[in-house]
Amino acid sequence: MEEKKQNNRIMEVKDITLRFGGVTAIEGVSFDILEGEVRAIIGPNGAGKSSMLNVINGFYHPQQGEVWFNGQKRGAMKPYQIAYQGIARTFQNIALFKGMSTLDNIMTGRFTHMKSGMISQVFWKGKAEKEEYENREAVEKVIDFLEIQTIRKTEVGKLPYGLQKRVELGRALAAEPKLLLLDEPMAGMNVEEKEDMSRFILDVNEEFGTTVALIEHDMGVVMDIADRVVVMDYGKNIGDGTPKEIVSNQKVVDAYLGVSHD
Amino acid sequence: MFYREAGDFKTSYQSDQATFTLRLDKILFWGLMAIATFIVPFFVTEYWEKSVFLPFFIYSIAALGLNILTGYCGQVSLGTGGFMAVGAYASFKLMTGIPNLDMFLVIMIAGLVTALVGVLFGLPSLRIKGFYLAVATLASQFFLVWLFNKWEWSYNYSPTGQINAPTRDFLGIDVTGPSTAPWATYLFCLGLLFIFAWITRNLVRGHIGRSWMAIRDMDIAAEIIGVNPLIAKLSAFAVSSFFIGVAGALYFSVWLGAAEPTEAFAIDKSFDVLFMIIIGGLGSILGSMIGAAFIILLPIFFKNVLVGYCGIPTDIAEFTQIIFIGALIIFFLIKEPHGIVAYWRTLKEKLRLWPFPY
Repeated sequence: MEEKKQNNRIMEVKDITLRFGGVTAIEGVSFDILEGEVRAIIGPNGAGKSSMLNVINGFYHPQQGEVWFNGQKRGAMKPYQIAYQGIARTFQNIALFKGMSTLDNIMTGRFTHMKSGMISQVFWKGKAEKEEYENREAVEKVIDFLEIQTIRKTEVGKLPYGLQKRVELGRALAAEPKLLLLDEPMAGMNVEEKEDMSRFILDVNEEFGTTVALIEHDMGVVMDIADRVVVMDYGKNIGDGTPKEIVSNQKVVDAYLGVSHD
Repeated sequence: MFYREAGDFKTSYQSDQATFTLRLDKILFWGLMAIATFIVPFFVTEYWEKSVFLPFFIYSIAALGLNILTGYCGQVSLGTGGFMAVGAYASFKLMTGIPNLDMFLVIMIAGLVTALVGVLFGLPSLRIKGFYLAVATLASQFFLVWLFNKWEWSYNYSPTGQINAPTRDFLGIDVTGPSTAPWATYLFCLGLLFIFAWITRNLVRGHIGRSWMAIRDMDIAAEIIGVNPLIAKLSAFAVSSFFIGVAGALYFSVWLGAAEPTEAFAIDKSFDVLFMIIIGGLGSILGSMIGAAFIILLPIFFKNVLVGYCGIPTDIAEFTQIIFIGALIIFFLIKEPHGIVAYWRTLKEKLRLWPFPY
């Protein structure tokens, strides 16, 4: 843990304010994500956590504030340009390509790595074909890693919920991102599935060195896997620190963890 | 050898991603192609050429084109008739403007022109989706037909407003004009259909095809993966219009020989092609062809059976046929919204473990 602390800031959001009409979703929030850490963002529903990910992702453009990635200030960018910078994410409500097989879904995750042009694609010679098999190999590694070999050719719409979540993680991983954003990766899962998912997230973090930022409601999971935690409430940053510091922070306890009535 | 996937092991990614993963499929396909190329041309008569094979091949190309846009990229279009008209008029201008240009080149350039027009009319797709886009493309249908009615340059100032295909050749063999041999046009269109089916297959198995399907299934997720929606949608419009333009050029120059915009490229052409892909199967190459065969061949079959064998008067037979096909379309939409190819897939899935249920 101590070793990780010395790492560079891979992402820094400074004083972000995001408004939708008269509603202020995020108000002056700042935090950073260090390279190689697991960073959790927690908070009650409607606190602005997902909006924050959408800002990092480029879906929303904040009215105020700066986003720094890899030591550089980021201008206004479209989500697909941000994908090329090395940020991948999963969604709270599964956003898989339902009509495609597991394999095709994860292959689509390799999109930023595939560069052959239309002409080469049309004739399926040279670069297009070569690139396809090279990327297939990378995708098979992800499939092995997530232990989903048996559903490779199954249409994802037919898969059970837990597996769909896993395929979605696979799709994000296939891009080999520098920063992986996970929006409630364990929502709606049972204990066993949560344990599996936690293991995958930790393995991704340790083996590939991928920086992970996740939103999660299960405090047990957050305590176990996160290196540092940001707490948001009503669009504001109300706490930031290691899980231990967070549970003893009175503001956080009041807003989110609950006040004991004794 | 048995028609199933079980026990059919692949040892390389190439063989796993091949077009025909089953050996029997491969044998059937190439066998059929061999018969179609080497045996049928010797027997094909003008009736079979003009009313069965050419319409089937040409509509198959158009259906493939629309399937790329609607089936793979999820953008509904009702402008097919209009885009076919662009292909037809482009080929007409090329044939009359550059008399010794090879017919293959004429067809390809006509396709390119249509692709450009398609991109132009595809621009609204960046802002609107679904029914609204369908209405926007419907506008292109009416606009284009109106344009070719009014713009005298497009039909070389002919007093009737009709366009007629002069005699042009492909590698020295006449494929357009009044004196073509049935086998020549048959092989020409068959070859083009083969090429375009192969191109579709190549596009949809690569990353461009996946970017289309990603946009169709979940456009937000597609964007965070790195798919530029502008490029994905417009490339689908371009490729789709290219195919439809080629189909339109063949429709006018090789099949009909003469055309007049209000009749030949009316809105019902757009609907016909849309029905083809819905009935055949959205997002399927085989489905496009099955759908084309269904819409083109069934009426002919009915006409022959009802008029030829049962002796029913032609007008009554025609109405019976319209009612029957309408009923079939409704039946398919309710029973199998994924089209006829879905039956094929189910069969394959069942055969995998047959005779065991699971």
